[in-house]
Amino acid sequence: MPTKYHIDTKKVAPRLPKIGKFGVVDWREDCARCHNCVKKACVYDRYRQEMQFIHDLDEFNAMFFECMGCFSCVQKCTKGLLALTINPQFERMGNGYYTPDIILTTWNQAETAGIPVSGAGYRGPFSGPGFDAMWTDMSEIVRPTRDGIHGREYISTSVDIGRKPRYLAFDQRTLTTKLPPLVDLPTPILVDMLPAPYHFPNLVPMMLAATVNTGTMMILPWEQQALLGPEQDKHLGNIIFYLGQNTPLPPAAMLKQLRLIEIAESDRTAQRIQELKASNPNLVVAVRVELDATGEERVITLAQHPSTEVIHIVSDINGNQLGVEQPKFIKDMTRHIHTSLVKSGVRDEITLIASGGIALAEHMAKEIICGADAIAINMPLLISLECRFCPSCRDGFPCPAKIEGITPEYGIGRMTNLIAVWHDQLIEMMGAMGIREARRLRGETGRALFFDDLEEETFGRLFGKRIRV
Amino acid sequence: MVDSLVKESGFNENLPEHTIETLVPQVAVTREVKPAPPRYRNEIAKYLIRRSGECALCGKCAQVCPQHVHVLKPGYKLFAAPHLNICIGPSCQQTDHYCIEQCPNAALTMVENPMLKVMGDYRWTAEMILATWKMAETGEPPAPEYGYEYETGASGGGFDRLRFKFPAKPPIELRDDEIDTSIVLNRRNDGRPQVTIDVPWYGGGMSFGSVSNVTQLSKARAATAFNTFTCTGEGGYMERMKPYDDHIITQVATGLFGVREETIQRVRIVEFKYAQGAKPGLGGHLLADKVTPAVARMRETVLGISLFSPFPFHSVYSIEDHQKHLDWIKHINRRALLSTKVSTPNDVEMVAVGSYSAGTHIVHLDGGYGGTGAAPDIAKKNIASPIEYAIVKVHRFLEAEGVRDKVTLITSGGIRTPHDIAKAIALGADGVVVGTAELIALGCIRCSRCESGRGCPRGIATTDAELAGSVELEWGTQRIINLYSAWRKELVAILQRFGMRSVSELRGRTDLLMHLDYTNDVETR
Repeated sequence: MPTKYHIDTKKVAPRLPKIGKFGVVDWREDCARCHNCVKKACVYDRYRQEMQFIHDLDEFNAMFFECMGCFSCVQKCTKGLLALTINPQFERMGNGYYTPDIILTTWNQAETAGIPVSGAGYRGPFSGPGFDAMWTDMSEIVRPTRDGIHGREYISTSVDIGRKPRYLAFDQRTLTTKLPPLVDLPTPILVDMLPAPYHFPNLVPMMLAATVNTGTMMILPWEQQALLGPEQDKHLGNIIFYLGQNTPLPPAAMLKQLRLIEIAESDRTAQRIQELKASNPNLVVAVRVELDATGEERVITLAQHPSTEVIHIVSDINGNQLGVEQPKFIKDMTRHIHTSLVKSGVRDEITLIASGGIALAEHMAKEIICGADAIAINMPLLISLECRFCPSCRDGFPCPAKIEGITPEYGIGRMTNLIAVWHDQLIEMMGAMGIREARRLRGETGRALFFDDLEEETFGRLFGKRIRV
Repeated sequence: MVDSLVKESGFNENLPEHTIETLVPQVAVTREVKPAPPRYRNEIAKYLIRRSGECALCGKCAQVCPQHVHVLKPGYKLFAAPHLNICIGPSCQQTDHYCIEQCPNAALTMVENPMLKVMGDYRWTAEMILATWKMAETGEPPAPEYGYEYETGASGGGFDRLRFKFPAKPPIELRDDEIDTSIVLNRRNDGRPQVTIDVPWYGGGMSFGSVSNVTQLSKARAATAFNTFTCTGEGGYMERMKPYDDHIITQVATGLFGVREETIQRVRIVEFKYAQGAKPGLGGHLLADKVTPAVARMRETVLGISLFSPFPFHSVYSIEDHQKHLDWIKHINRRALLSTKVSTPNDVEMVAVGSYSAGTHIVHLDGGYGGTGAAPDIAKKNIASPIEYAIVKVHRFLEAEGVRDKVTLITSGGIRTPHDIAKAIALGADGVVVGTAELIALGCIRCSRCESGRGCPRGIATTDAELAGSVELEWGTQRIINLYSAWRKELVAILQRFGMRSVSELRGRTDLLMHLDYTNDVETR
C-alpha cells in the first residue's frame, strides 16, 4: 500500500504575548475588595494567568489580552466596575485585507496545527468583496460522489505541475505520445518568495525546511541562492529558482538537478524556455506574470504558445490587480483566465499557479475552484511567525515581532504547522463538497455559488435591478 | 390510519399498536407572561448615566424617574448602582422627568454605552441582543422609547436588506384575537395524524452535550406552553423530557447517538438530520471536554473522547435509500410525522422534491448562517448558500412541480427575530426553526466559546454542573415563554397591518417585500 501523505506537526508556542481581541478595563478606585472577586471566578482563569505572566516578565512589554469576551465578570462584579473593550492594539494590526481576525487565526493555526473550531455559528457579514462573494457547494443526499469526513483519507490533494498532453496516442499497444515532464506535488500549496520590503534572509533556510517537511516547493530568486545554507544541495527537488528578466541562467550542472524553475515574463520568454530545456529537458519551466492592466490578456496569449508549461499569475499581496485605479481581484482575474483558456481549448495543457490575496485556507480552495491548479503563499507564512503586518520592516525600522532572531525550531515548526492545517482544511472543504481530488476541484465553478449570480437569480426576479454594488 | 399504514407497508403484524398514543402522562405548562428579570447583577444597558462629584445626594433623580433607574435605598447615604437597563435614554428628553435636566447640580450625564461596540456581531447586533433580552424579561416587544434597532442586523444582505411594504392603512381592521398564527405540519393526507402548532416556529435541535439539560428542558417546557415543538438534537433523549413528549421532535442524525426504537416511539415528529447549515457537508462535532460522564452515558460513548458524527448517512446514497429510512420510522412509530433536515446546496430544490417524493411531511432547510455548538471556521459561511436564496428557490420549484401544498416547508439558519420569521414566510416558507434566539433569551452573549473546554461560561451551552447550575429551570422556561409571547405579538402586528387573518396568507407573498438594494419595480406575486 502506498504511503499516505502526512505532515508531522507539533505545538509551537508563541514567543510573544498574544494580542487578543478583548481587554477588560476596571475602575479600581471604587473596588470593594470582595473576598470572592469575580476575577477569581473567571472560567478561563485569564486574570490569574495574566498576573503570572506579568510576574514572570523579564522586560517591559505590551499588555496581555487573552480575555475571551464572555462578559461574565463584567456582569457579575458587585460594584459594576468592569468594562470590556476591544483591544486597540488588536484593531491596529494588519491592513484592510489582512484583518486582525485573519492575523489572530493564523497565529493560532501556526501554534497548534489545529483546524480552528468555534461555537455560535457565523458572525460575519452576509457576503463581501473578493473571496467572500462566493460559497462552495456541498454534497447532499442525492450526490453519489461524496466522500464525507470519514472518507477523508481517500481524498487526494496532489497536483501535477507542468504541461500535459491534450490526448495520448497509441500505435497498437504502444504509447507514442512523448510525455512531457511533470512535477507532482502532494498538496497544491507552494511557498512564494517574500516581497522585497518583507525580506528576512534568516527565513530562507527555514522556509526550505518547511517545504521539505511538507513535501512542497519554495520559490527563491536565484541571486539569493547563498541564503539557502548548506542543506540546499540535499533539497534541490524542493527549490524553484526564480530568474528575473536579466538574470543569467544558472550553471547547467545546477539546472540538471532541478525539477522546476520560474522565469520572469519577457519578450524573450520562449527563447529562455528553450535555453533552459536545452540544459535539462526534464526541467519544468514556469513563467511568472504580474497581473497588471494587461496581465490577463498576456497570460491568455502566453498559454497558446506550445512551449508554455506553467504560468504563475501574481497579484499584489492583497489580491488586487497591479497598477490600475480600480483593480480587479485575483479570484475574478483567475476565473477570466481559466474560462478563456477553456474556450480556446488549452486549459488542460497548462498549469496555473496563483499568488496574492490568499490569506486563509478557504481562499486557497476558492481560488482553485476559480481556476488555479495550485497556489503560492508568502505573507501567511510570515504572519505565522507572529508578524503583525505592521509597516516597520517595510519602512526600515526594527521588526517588533523580532523575526530576525527566531530559532529554526520555532520558524520551521510554525510554518510547517500552517501548511499542514491549510492542507487539513482543504480536505475538510473537499470532504464537505464531496470531491475526491484537488485536481477535480480546479475550475469546478459549477460546485460553487457566486453572490452576484444568486442575487440575480433570486432577488433580481423579485425586485428588479440591483442598484447597490 | 391503521388501514392506510397496512396499505403502505403490507406488514400489518409489525405495526406497533402502542405508538398510537403518547406513552406517559404529559405535563401542561401555562402560557403566561411573568417578569423574568436578568440573572446577572449588571445587565448591559444601551445608555450609561454617570454621576459626578457635584451630586448633592438630594435624591431628585430617584424621585422623578418613573422607571426607577436611580436607586437610593432607605437608610443609605449613597446611591446604589443604577438600573440602567430600564433607562429609556435620550427619548426621555421629551418628558418632564429627564433626570439629566432635572438634577439641580447638573451632576448627571448620559452617554451611549461604549461596551456595545464589543458586544454582538454583524448578524446579531448588540441592540438585537439587548432587545431579545428585554423581550425575554417582559414578554412584550421592546417599547419604542428604548430606541433599539433590532428588527434587522448589520450583515448587509438577505433578511437585513429586506423590508415589508406595509400599506398606509390596513385593508381590513382586525383585532389581535382574530388573527391566527398557527400552521399545520401534515399536508400529505396520508392517514397520519394532523399536527397543528400555534406559532409558525419551533425550537431547533440542540443535543444534550452541546447544551445543558436545563437549557433543553426550558426549551421543551416553553414549546409545550406554546403548543409547538423543540428538538432533541442528536445527543439522545433524556428521561426528564418524557413529560413533554408530545412537544418534542427526536432527531435521527448520522451519529445515531442515543437513538433507540423506544425513543422514536415516544414522539409525534421524528427528524432525519442529513446536514446542518452551520457546517454543511460535515457531521456533528462534540469536542472532548464536553463529553462528560453524563453525556458519554447518554450517547453510549467514551468519556472525554471527541465525537465527530459521520457525514453523510452511509446507508443513504439515493432518494430511494432515504425513503427506506423514512419507512423504517413509519413502521416503528405509527403516528409520527417525518421531517427531513437538509442544508442548502446548489441543487437544494432537487433535494427538497426528492425528500417529498420519499414520503417526508416536513422539508427542513437549514441555511448557511445558523448557529451551532461547534463548527470548523472554514465551514461557516463558506459552504452552501444562505437561507434567503434557498427558500425562494425551493418554494417556487415545489409550486412548479405541483406539490407545494402537499409538504410543509420549514427553514432555519439565521432566523433571529419575528421580522425574520415573517420575511421567511413571505419568501415562501410555511414556518421556521429557531435556536440561537432561545439561547440569547437565556443570557447568551454570542461569545462563540461554546465549543470546547467547560463550554459556555454563561451556563447555557455546557454540561459542566457548576456552570449549568447558574440557570434555573423555572427562570429559563419563563424567559423563553416571554420571548415567544413577544414574538407572537410582533407577528400579529405585522399581519394586522396587512389585514391578514392567518399567517398562512403571508406565505410566498414576495410582492409585499422590497429589497433596499434593488429598484423594486417588478410586479410579482
